[in-house]
Amino acid sequence: MANHTIAHDVYVPFLEKKGFLSWILTTDHKRIGILYLVSTSLFFLVAGIIALLMRFELLTPASDFVDPHTYNVLFTLHGSIMVFFFIVPGLAASFGNFLIPLMIGARDVAFPKLNIASYWIYLLGTAILLMALLKPADTGWTFYTPYSATTNTDVVLMTFGVFVLGFSSILTGLNFIVTTHKMRAPGMTWHRLPLFIWASYATAVLQLLATPVVGITLLLLITERTLGVGFFDPAKGGDPILFQNFFWFYSHPAVYIMIIPAMGVISEIIPVFSRKPIFGYKAIAYSSLGIAAISFLVWAHHMFTSGISETAAMIFSFLTFLVAIPTAIKVFNWIATLYKGSIQLHSAMLYALGFIFLFTIGGLTGVFLGALAADIHLHDTYFVVAHMHYVMIGGTVMGFFGALHFWYPKWFGKMFNETVAKIAWFFIFVGFNVTFFPQFFLGIQGMPRRYATYPAEFESLMSLSTYGSWILGFGILIMVINLISGLINGPKAPANPYNSLSLEWQIPSPPPHENFEEIPQVTDWTYGYGKKKELEV
Amino acid sequence: MTWIPEVASNLAGKVDGVLLTITLLSLFFFVLITVILVVFAVKYRRKRDDEETPYITGSEPLEIIWTVIPSILLIALFVYGFVVYKEMRTPPADSVDITVTGKQWLWTFDYYNGKKTLNELYVEQNRPVRLVMMSDDVLHSFFVPGFRVKQDVLPGRYVQLWFTPTKIGTFDIFCAEYCGTGHSVMLGKVNVLSPEAYDIWENGLPGEGGGAVASLPPAELGEKIYKEKGCNACHSVDGSTLVGPSFKGVFGHTVELADGSNVDADENYLRQSILEPQSQVVKGFQPVMPSFKGILSDDEVTAVIAYIKTLK
Repeated sequence: MANHTIAHDVYVPFLEKKGFLSWILTTDHKRIGILYLVSTSLFFLVAGIIALLMRFELLTPASDFVDPHTYNVLFTLHGSIMVFFFIVPGLAASFGNFLIPLMIGARDVAFPKLNIASYWIYLLGTAILLMALLKPADTGWTFYTPYSATTNTDVVLMTFGVFVLGFSSILTGLNFIVTTHKMRAPGMTWHRLPLFIWASYATAVLQLLATPVVGITLLLLITERTLGVGFFDPAKGGDPILFQNFFWFYSHPAVYIMIIPAMGVISEIIPVFSRKPIFGYKAIAYSSLGIAAISFLVWAHHMFTSGISETAAMIFSFLTFLVAIPTAIKVFNWIATLYKGSIQLHSAMLYALGFIFLFTIGGLTGVFLGALAADIHLHDTYFVVAHMHYVMIGGTVMGFFGALHFWYPKWFGKMFNETVAKIAWFFIFVGFNVTFFPQFFLGIQGMPRRYATYPAEFESLMSLSTYGSWILGFGILIMVINLISGLINGPKAPANPYNSLSLEWQIPSPPPHENFEEIPQVTDWTYGYGKKKELEV
Repeated sequence: MTWIPEVASNLAGKVDGVLLTITLLSLFFFVLITVILVVFAVKYRRKRDDEETPYITGSEPLEIIWTVIPSILLIALFVYGFVVYKEMRTPPADSVDITVTGKQWLWTFDYYNGKKTLNELYVEQNRPVRLVMMSDDVLHSFFVPGFRVKQDVLPGRYVQLWFTPTKIGTFDIFCAEYCGTGHSVMLGKVNVLSPEAYDIWENGLPGEGGGAVASLPPAELGEKIYKEKGCNACHSVDGSTLVGPSFKGVFGHTVELADGSNVDADENYLRQSILEPQSQVVKGFQPVMPSFKGILSDDEVTAVIAYIKTLK
């Protein structure tokens, strides 16, 4: 698709410059992408270790490893770190930064200085969170009032960290929207854009529009705690349900901030390893926008048991069912792409196929929770925990790992050991299912979430889930070791190891500082794989 | 262990109908998707590097089919879920009202005849019950898996929940909304009694729980309260450690508190521990005990202390 040449004699990979300042002061989108990648991955590992500690406590019904308060702090930290410090910025900011300019044929994002400033704000937010660790909150990542307004843990500092972090997300979203509108190479029309760009664009819109709401909400909570103004605490004349409405008005779209970029990744990986054009390009592209739009209107499905009116419950249940439709459309189109393909089960492809399998379970179990009568029984039980992890790990994290394996050669100019990568995938896939599948049954049987201790009748399934977490942790450990050892002593990667047609693969690995010697002239879409018949389809 | 709790209310079977319908439809689509995924991945697996693949970019009829069919099914499920939900939210006119109060970390139940129970709800088989609920502090959620009912309990506002218990027996009450350190010990039981047994309980005959019995000697009354008001969930009388310290041998001994100080366990120490438990937390234990102020009368507190004294 791209017809440009690279002058190899002046090629300097973007990773060439060394030294702390060359990183922290960089305005290169690829380096900023690495900064996000390293930071978010570290938080992922920390929050993952916290999860292993929680599961270890839950091996037996009694409170024998940590006391209940510590357990409550652990699940608060696990949720807050995973959501705000890993999943929201994970794919969107790390791969978004790295890939958006490369894929649309630009030298950088629209506002490179704003881009590094966004990262500094992210660092500031993490620094505040680390300070809050002296007396960490025990409210759960949802910070529900009035408990969060009354507990004597450091809710203020922790929510302030999240508040600061929000600005990073808002500015990154703004940057990506302008970049997608203004920086596309000549010929890169909207309907030629790689689907990852469509996904990133939908995500950026959500970041820009939804994040301010959670910022304001947390600010109100901080005001309530420090100045005693009653917004949410009924003892001070406030309304606790109001907090939930505000919180989910952001946090539900945030679920899609987390998942849509992963859907974009899957749409890139599958055509390359099937040697087929993506099936239903426009359906996938516009369903991302459709999901983004509807996602603003479903927040109260987290609140069916909270005391909202039957009419509100009816409307939100209906809209929740609607959001399932564009999601189903994507799954069907990905599978149709495989039809008559030439499928190579590369590790990145295994993560993509794993995504479809696990995300289907996550999506279908979401239907249970959207149906009002069923949700009354399942709400706040382990069923929700399982559903949410099938979407977030089975979906987003699988997409994240897939993206890591797929663009690794391009990003770092090295190759990892493919066999070890497949073994790691196997352990992750099996471990994940052993950990979370039993939790659906626990939830149906009534096991409530956020319990530091639990009735003995749940022990067999709870301990099975804990064993699964060990397999999952082991798989991730192998993956991390494999990827790091690839950086140290992996063989050099060619420019285009998978014969992809996308722009980023047409330049050297790793890309030079400003990506393209000459801005490419785009003449076709990204997915022109396979043999065209005489008559165009 | 069965996959779903025993059906113990009039609503449970209806909720299970929704659950089962969605389960079957989900299984169908899950199997369909998985089989196609695996078949394609195996059948079209790359054999040679230069394999030719067709240039297929989409199909409008297929897009319409897999948009319309799921849409119809989803809307049908929505309607089914809503219809059952509506019924779950509409108590019959002849239901018995019981007032429920959630507080960190216990449930109290007030009945029409002035009876008051703690963590143990008594209801009559086949008679609709409406719970009028409020919280004393933070959010809680009243959840009985066997009845398939759940409702968040809010401070400063009444919410309601109803069911008709259909099976005689004892069923778990869980607090389902996170409420702080003692969230996972905020447990209760629903006792569904036969009409005859309920009649006896309602009229407060001895041995059927709930009512204060003035005629017993203090230590015996204390033992009765110990069992009925839920002390036994956290405090043993045989020296073993549960959530809280054992009652055995505590009276007259020195107790080390979490702040490092020591106190003598006399009558006043025990009284204060019952009424203001957070003020003197024993070393090695969590501050999760709820206050029994307003739940136990002075006479009852005295009786419990008298009982503890007998546990040497």
